[in-house]
Amino acid sequence: MKYLLMMNHRPEEGTEPEQPWTPEERQASWKHMQQIWQELSEAGELIDTGKLASPESAKIVISDGVDAPVVTDGPFPEMKEFLAGYWMIDVDSEERAIEIAARTSAAPGPGGRPTRYPIEVRAIMSPPDPDL
Amino acid sequence: MTVPAGGMEDLLRELAPQILATMVRRYGDFADAEDAVQEALLAAVQQWPKQGVPAQPRGWLLTVASRRLADVWRAEAARHRRERLATQQEPAAPAQPSDVDDSLLLLFLCCYPSLAASSAIPLTLRAVGGLTTAEIARAFLIPEPAMGKRISRAKQRIKDSAIPLRMPAPDEWPQRLRSVLHVLYLMFNEGYAVSAGPYVARADLTGEAIRLGRMLHAALPDEPEVAGLLALMLLTEARRPARTGPHGELVPLAEQNRATWDQDLIAEGVTLISATLRKQRAAYYQLQAAIAAIHDEARTAAETDWPQILAIYRLLARVSANPMVRLNRAIAAAMVDGPATGLAMLGPLEAELAGSHRLDAVRAHLLEMAGDHAEAATHYRNAAARTASEAERNYLLYRAARLRPPAP
Repeated sequence: MKYLLMMNHRPEEGTEPEQPWTPEERQASWKHMQQIWQELSEAGELIDTGKLASPESAKIVISDGVDAPVVTDGPFPEMKEFLAGYWMIDVDSEERAIEIAARTSAAPGPGGRPTRYPIEVRAIMSPPDPDL
Repeated sequence: MTVPAGGMEDLLRELAPQILATMVRRYGDFADAEDAVQEALLAAVQQWPKQGVPAQPRGWLLTVASRRLADVWRAEAARHRRERLATQQEPAAPAQPSDVDDSLLLLFLCCYPSLAASSAIPLTLRAVGGLTTAEIARAFLIPEPAMGKRISRAKQRIKDSAIPLRMPAPDEWPQRLRSVLHVLYLMFNEGYAVSAGPYVARADLTGEAIRLGRMLHAALPDEPEVAGLLALMLLTEARRPARTGPHGELVPLAEQNRATWDQDLIAEGVTLISATLRKQRAAYYQLQAAIAAIHDEARTAAETDWPQILAIYRLLARVSANPMVRLNRAIAAAMVDGPATGLAMLGPLEAELAGSHRLDAVRAHLLEMAGDHAEAATHYRNAAARTASEAERNYLLYRAARLRPPAP
């Protein structure tokens, strides 16, 4: 089963952390992620990862297929949250996907405390059940 | 050397498990031997079309694979110990068993019960089926490196568990056989599920599962569950052409164009399951095959012998704790005794199947049968929201839309 783990960013939920990250803390967080990637990759569970450029550089494109497309530049003030990054995984069960998301969410933040960053777990549509 | 009708590819795939078994027997290291055989197969694919198929293809592959293995081992630090091991083991190698036996030994090895199916299926496809990692990755729609890692890890586990290349002992036989059957069944389902729409280009896993099932049945003709699984796969495969509409949409059994069912596969499956059922008390796969046979033999959906299907589901519920069996039994009961009977049987399943779209879908179907269209549409929509399959979602939403326009 394939899942997309989505790291959403919510700008209005305090973009300013209570205390800044020290270089060591950044590194600890990065190491935590690297460790998970390494394990998922070794297990053949990791399909793809991506970090998205900031919404400032995003564009929304609308077209009717005839006239020139309407291209709107970001940022989009009405947006409550935006996708900051994603991991695509292929695992045996939803439990496994949740376990991976939980480890990711528990990445250490300032002061070594877990960031508890919310991870959205979405199943990727799959073929139908054989005996439907 | 005469090449079989299927050409070089079929010849290689037939030889692959034989070469691998010989290599494992000779050198003892399953993981390294499997890599070496895969490389020998690739070398054959590159060289044979230009140079012609060698007079002794088996000997050729064995020589190339042995050379590759020697290269790998030479490059490794532990080479002395291992080479000594290899030379010690070589003279002690037992007499060459038949080719079928070798494929069988490997099948039991790759389907070892402690391996998850997601590892056992690709490993079986490579080691027994002779498919390349690239082909297997395509079949599972994941990148080749990820599939390669998965296969390596599975091989490493087999190596670490030191599972010998021999038939399971009598006391472990039932569990080991069940594990092999389960892997083949899931392999078949994996392929069967994707025969629709945008997935149609995937490698033919149903064909592979049937091929391995035939091989297993030829080697173990007296195992009733092996015959049962093969019959089930044949009888299900027979309906595949009718299962999807022109736009890749799902067509349920009752609405399928039965003229497109494969009558040869049906005849083969029916003969096989009839002969098996005559012999002994039936177990899981035989009963599933018996139900598939009844569906396949009905010329129209209305002619389906539901009382007999219901009777078999009762037997099946005794040998299997799977709640899906009881869910299907409720459908059969509804077809025999009316939707109220079927609906009453769903209540006890609520706890076990909570959150499953299948329960909602069946409830919707039975409510529709009972004429409660508003409730049926609600449950169709609930099921649509829960399924992770796009084709199923479209089908369920279509059923809902036929009954009631969506709420404003």
